[in-house]
Amino acid sequence: MAAPAADAAFAGDPYHVGLEGQSGIATGHGEGGPASERVIVGYGFWLFLLSDIVMFSCFFAAYAVLQAATAGGPTGRELFNPGRVAAETACLLLSSFTCGMSAVATQFRSRRWTQASLFVTGLLGLAFLLLEASDFRDMAARGAGPDRSAFLSAFFALVGCHGLHVSAGLLWLGTMMAQVFVKGFRTDILHRLICFNLFWHTLDIIWVAIFTVVFLLGLGA
Amino acid sequence: MTGPMQPPPLRPGRFRCGHAAMAAAATLLAACSGGVWDARGPVAAADRQITLDALAIMLVIVVPTLAAALAFAWWYRAANPRARRLPDWVYSGRIELLVWSIPLLTIMFLGGVIWIGSHRLDPRQPIPSAAAPLEVQVVSLDWKWLFIYPAQGIAAVNQLVVPAGVPLHFSLTSASVMNMFFVPQLGSMIATMNGMVTQLYLQADGPGDYFGESTQFSGDGFSDMNFTLHAVPAEGFDRWVAQARADGPLLDRAAYELLARQSAHVRPYTYRGIDSTLFQAVATQQLPPAPGPQQGRGGPGVQPRAGE
Amino acid sequence: MFGKLTWNAIPWDQPIPLAAGMAVMLVLLGVVAWVVAKGHLPYLWREWITSVDHKRIGVMYVLLGLVMLLRGFIDALMMRSQQALAFQAPGYLPPEHYDQVFTAHGTIMIFFAAMPIIIGLMNFVVPLQLGVRDVAFPTLNSTSFWLTATGALLVNISLVVGEFARTGWIPYPPLSELAYSPGVGVDYYLWSLLISGVGTLMTGINFATTILKIRAPGMRYTRMPMFTWTVLASVLLIVAAFPVLTATLAMLALDRYLGFHFFTNAAGGNMMMFVNLIWAWGHPEVYILVLPAFGVFSEIFSTFSGKPLFGYRSMVIATMSICLISFTVWLHHFFTMGAGGDVNAVFGIATSLIAVATGVKVYNWIFTMYGGTIRFATPMLWALGFVVTFVIGGVTGVLVAVPPADFQLHNSLFLVAHFHNVIIGAVLFAGFAGITFWFPKAFGFRLHEGWGKAVFWVGLAGFYAVFMPLYVAGLLGMPRRLQHYDLALWRPWVLAAGVGIVVMLAGAVCQVIQLVVSIRQRRELRDEIGDPWDGRSLEWATSSPPPAFNFAVLPQVRGADPYWQIKRRAIETQQLSGEPDYQAIALPRNSPTGFITAFFATLAGFALIWHIWWLMAAGLVAAYAVFVWFAWRDVDEKVVPADEVARIDRDARRARARWLERNAAGGKA
Repeated sequence: MAAPAADAAFAGDPYHVGLEGQSGIATGHGEGGPASERVIVGYGFWLFLLSDIVMFSCFFAAYAVLQAATAGGPTGRELFNPGRVAAETACLLLSSFTCGMSAVATQFRSRRWTQASLFVTGLLGLAFLLLEASDFRDMAARGAGPDRSAFLSAFFALVGCHGLHVSAGLLWLGTMMAQVFVKGFRTDILHRLICFNLFWHTLDIIWVAIFTVVFLLGLGA
Repeated sequence: MTGPMQPPPLRPGRFRCGHAAMAAAATLLAACSGGVWDARGPVAAADRQITLDALAIMLVIVVPTLAAALAFAWWYRAANPRARRLPDWVYSGRIELLVWSIPLLTIMFLGGVIWIGSHRLDPRQPIPSAAAPLEVQVVSLDWKWLFIYPAQGIAAVNQLVVPAGVPLHFSLTSASVMNMFFVPQLGSMIATMNGMVTQLYLQADGPGDYFGESTQFSGDGFSDMNFTLHAVPAEGFDRWVAQARADGPLLDRAAYELLARQSAHVRPYTYRGIDSTLFQAVATQQLPPAPGPQQGRGGPGVQPRAGE
Repeated sequence: MFGKLTWNAIPWDQPIPLAAGMAVMLVLLGVVAWVVAKGHLPYLWREWITSVDHKRIGVMYVLLGLVMLLRGFIDALMMRSQQALAFQAPGYLPPEHYDQVFTAHGTIMIFFAAMPIIIGLMNFVVPLQLGVRDVAFPTLNSTSFWLTATGALLVNISLVVGEFARTGWIPYPPLSELAYSPGVGVDYYLWSLLISGVGTLMTGINFATTILKIRAPGMRYTRMPMFTWTVLASVLLIVAAFPVLTATLAMLALDRYLGFHFFTNAAGGNMMMFVNLIWAWGHPEVYILVLPAFGVFSEIFSTFSGKPLFGYRSMVIATMSICLISFTVWLHHFFTMGAGGDVNAVFGIATSLIAVATGVKVYNWIFTMYGGTIRFATPMLWALGFVVTFVIGGVTGVLVAVPPADFQLHNSLFLVAHFHNVIIGAVLFAGFAGITFWFPKAFGFRLHEGWGKAVFWVGLAGFYAVFMPLYVAGLLGMPRRLQHYDLALWRPWVLAAGVGIVVMLAGAVCQVIQLVVSIRQRRELRDEIGDPWDGRSLEWATSSPPPAFNFAVLPQVRGADPYWQIKRRAIETQQLSGEPDYQAIALPRNSPTGFITAFFATLAGFALIWHIWWLMAAGLVAAYAVFVWFAWRDVDEKVVPADEVARIDRDARRARARWLERNAAGGKA
C-alpha cells in the first residue's frame, strides 16, 4: 500500500533511514525525509551533552547549597591553591585549542597533524589530571578530604566528576587515535571525531563554570 | 503503647452546606467519624473546609464532564441509527475556546482558594485566642515521641496531655530520621527533621482523647510510633502536671541518650524534671544524632528486629 | 575475596523470601533448560537477544514490563494480606520484611513495570508511525533495553542474596544513609536504578533524535500522530530529568560508600537537598509515564470513533505545556516540611495548572467521540475506563495539591489511593489498551476480544474495590506503610481493600487466559492485511507483522492521518497505488554489544553492592573492552536485496488487493 516515493540511493547511510546524498533537502523536518547520518549522530550527541550538563548542574546546585556547611572545617579560601588552579586551567584551555586544531587538520584530511594535535591534547589533559590529583592528595593530607564536611563533599564530587569526565575523555581520545591510525578517515570515524571534539569542548565549558563558581568565588569570599 | 481506641461519638458537621455537592461530601463525612474530617479543633475544621470547597469547585465541572463522556460514547455507538455522524468534524474555534477557558477559570478560582488557604493555614500561624499558647517541644525518636513542656519543666513519652480550648505551640525536631507529627482530628501535620526546627499551632476545642501518629515512614518500628493526645480541662491539666512532677525519672542528657537508642512499643511515661537546654541541644546538633542499629551483618537480619 | 558477601547473606531464617526467590530461580532455570533442550537458543540469540530491530526490542521491553508487573503485583498481594491480618496482631510478615516488600513494590512498579511497558510501546510504534525503518541508534537501543533488564535482575537477586531497601521507593535520607540502613538493601536499590537509569537516558536521547531528525518525507511536525508527539514530550523529559536522578543517587552512593556528607545528619549534610533533587526528577517522571499514555488513548479514541483527533493543535500545546510545567511543581511532594505560605501557594497553583492542560485533553477526547461511529472494542473500553478513572484521580490529585488539604492527607492511604488512581488509571490502562491495540501489528493476530473484555471489566472492578476503601482509610487518618495497626476504625476499609485485590487477581488470571486462548486460536484471529482496527496512521500501512525494513519504500506523507488518506484513495479508485520501484535496503546488523555490556554491568553492579572490588574493576575493564570492540566493527549493516524486498511487498500488496475486492463486493451488497 506504500505510496510511490522518490526514493534515493542509500550509499553510505548505514541504517538506511536517511537519504544520504540529498542532505541539502533531507533536513529531518519532514520535507525531504530523514536527515543525513552526520546530522543524526551530531544531534544525538548534542542531546547527550545537554543531559550531561543537567547532571553537572545538580552537582553545582549541591555545591551552592553546601558551600557554607564547613562543619567547623577548612573553607575554600583556606584550601584552594590559586597557582595550581591557574595551571590546571591553562592546561585545559590549551588542550581545547589543540583539540580544535585537530578538527581543522581533519578537515584537511591530514592524518599526521590530526594525530599530533590529538596527542598534544591528550598530554595536556593528562597534565591537568595529574595536577588535580596532586591537589586532591594535598587536601586529603591536610585532613580536608570529602568526609570532613558537607562543603568538601560537594567540592570533591563536583570537581571529581569533571575529572572523571576528563579521564573518560582521555580513554576515548586514545581509542580515536588508534582508530584513525588503523582505519583512516572513514565516514563513521569522522563522525566520532566530531563528537569527541564536542565532548572535549563541553568539558572545557564546565571547567570554566567550576573555575568561576568554585575557585574564583571561593577565593574571593 | 496506646490501646485500641473507640471512635469518639459523631458530632454534627459544622461546615456550611451551601453547595449541592456538600450533600455527597456529608455522606462521606459521616463515614469518617474519628478521621481527619471529624474535626475537633479550629485547624482541622479549616483544613476540612478548604478541602471540601476545593472538592465542590471541581465537582461542578467534573460531574458534567464525565456524564458527557459516557453519554457521547453511548449515543455515538456504531449501532445507533439515530446518531448524526460527522466523520470529518475535527475543529471548532468556539469549542476550543470553551475547553481551554473552563478548566482555566476553574483553576484560577481554585488558585485563589490555594493562595488564601496556604497563608491562613500556614502551620506557623498562631491561633488567635485570649489564652496564651501552651509551649510543647517535640522530638521524634526511633521509634517513639518525646514531648517536652519547657514552662512546666516536665516531659512525656508517647503521651501528650494538653488543656482543651488553649492554643498549642509545637516546636518540633528529630533525633535521627525524618518523621511527621500528626493528630488527625486536630488538623495539619508537620515534618520533624534532625538539625531543624519546624513550628505548628493546633488547638483541641473540647476534652477528649485523640489518636496521634507519625505519617512519614521512619524504619522498622514505624508502625508503633503512635501516641494519645489527651485534651483535658484546665484544672485537669494542672493536676496532671503536678502528678508528673511528683514522680518518674529525670530527663537529663544521659537519660536522653538512653532514650534515643532504637526501641519500639514504648509504654507512655513521664519525666519529673528536664534539662531545659535539651531541645535546643538536639535541634542544633550539639547532641549528636541518635544512633542507628547497634549491630550489623549482611543480610536481612542486619538491624535488630523492631521491638527487640 | 567476596567483600561483604557470605553465606549469611542468604536469608535461611526467612522462609518466605527464600521460597519465593527459589521459586523464581527454578522457573528461570526451567525456562532456560527448556530453551536449550528444544534447541531454541540459537534462534533466541539470533532473532531476539542480539536483535537491534526496534520492533523486537519493543516486544522484549513489554515482556519484561509484564513479568515485573506480575512480581510487583505479588508484592501488592503480600502487602494487602499482611494489613488485612495485622489488626492488633503481628501478621505474617515481620517489619524488616514488610518494609522491603513495599519498597520493592514501588520501585518495581515504576521503574521495571510501568517504564518498560511505556518504553516498549514507544519502541514498537514510533518508527512505524514516523514511516521510517528504525530509530536513530539501533545498537544503543538494544543496550538501553539490556541495561534496564540488568536493573530488574539486580532487584530480583536481592530476594535471595541479601535484602532490598527498607526505606520506601524514594529512599529519603537520613533513613537511607549508612547510619540507619547499614545493610545492602539501599545499595541494591542504588545500583539497579543507576544502571537502568543510564539505559533510560539513552532511550530518551535515541527517541528525541529519532523523532526530531528521522521522519518520512512530508511528515511535518503538524502531521505527526499524537502518540508520537506525546513520546517526544516524554523523551525530552527523560533527557532533562534522568540526569538529575543519576546525580542524586550518585550523591547518596558517595555518602554510603566513601563517607561523603551530602545528606547525612552529621558534618553539615542537608537531607532537604535530597528531597528537592529527587522530586525535581520524580515529578517529571510521572509525566514521562503518563504523557505517552495520553498518546495511546488519543490514537484509540480517534481510531475507534472513526474520526481524526479533535483539536489536534490544542492537544499538542497541552502536551508541551505539561512537559514544561512538570518541572515547576516538585515541591508539592513536601508541603508538610514547613516551607511557608508563599512557597506552598506558588507550587500548589503551579500544580493545579497542569490540571488545565489535562482538562483540555479530556475535553478533546470527548469531542473526538462526538459525531463519531464508535466501536467498543477492548482498547476503546480501556480508553473509556481511563477517562472516568483518571478524572477521579485528577480530582483527588488537585485536592492534595491544595496545601491545607495536603496537611491532612499527606502520606496517608488517601495519597496512596490517589497516585494509584492516576498511575493505574492512566499508565497501566494505557499499557493494556496499547498492547491490545498494537498486538496484531506485532504478531499478526489479534488478542481474543471476549477475554480482553473480561480483563477490562474484572480489572476495573478490582481497581475500584481496592482503592476506594483506601481513600476512606486515608480520610480516617491511616498512614501508608503500616506493618500493623491497632485502630478498629480502619479495619473494615483495610479488609475491603483486601477483598478488592482478590478481584484484581481474578483480572490478572483473565489476562493470562486471554494470552493463552489467543495464541491457541491464532489462525482464527489472524490479521491478514495489517490493518485490524481500520487504523489511520502509518503503522497500519505495512503488513502484520511488519517486515524487518518496515516499509518497502518510505511512504510519502501528504497530510495528517496519512494511512487513512491512502486507504480512502485506494477505496475510491478501487486499486492500490502503483507498484513502486523496489531497491535493495540495508539494515543495521544484529549486535551482541547490548547484551554483553549488560552482562558486565550486572557483574559490576553486584560487585559494587557487595564491595567486591576486583570484580567491579574487572567488570568496568570488560565493559570498556566491549566498547572498543564494537567501535572497531567494519561492517554494520546487512543488505536485503531488491528481489527480496519486492517479494515481501508483493505478498503484502496481494493481501490488500484481496481485501479491496472484498470491500468493494461488500459495498455493492
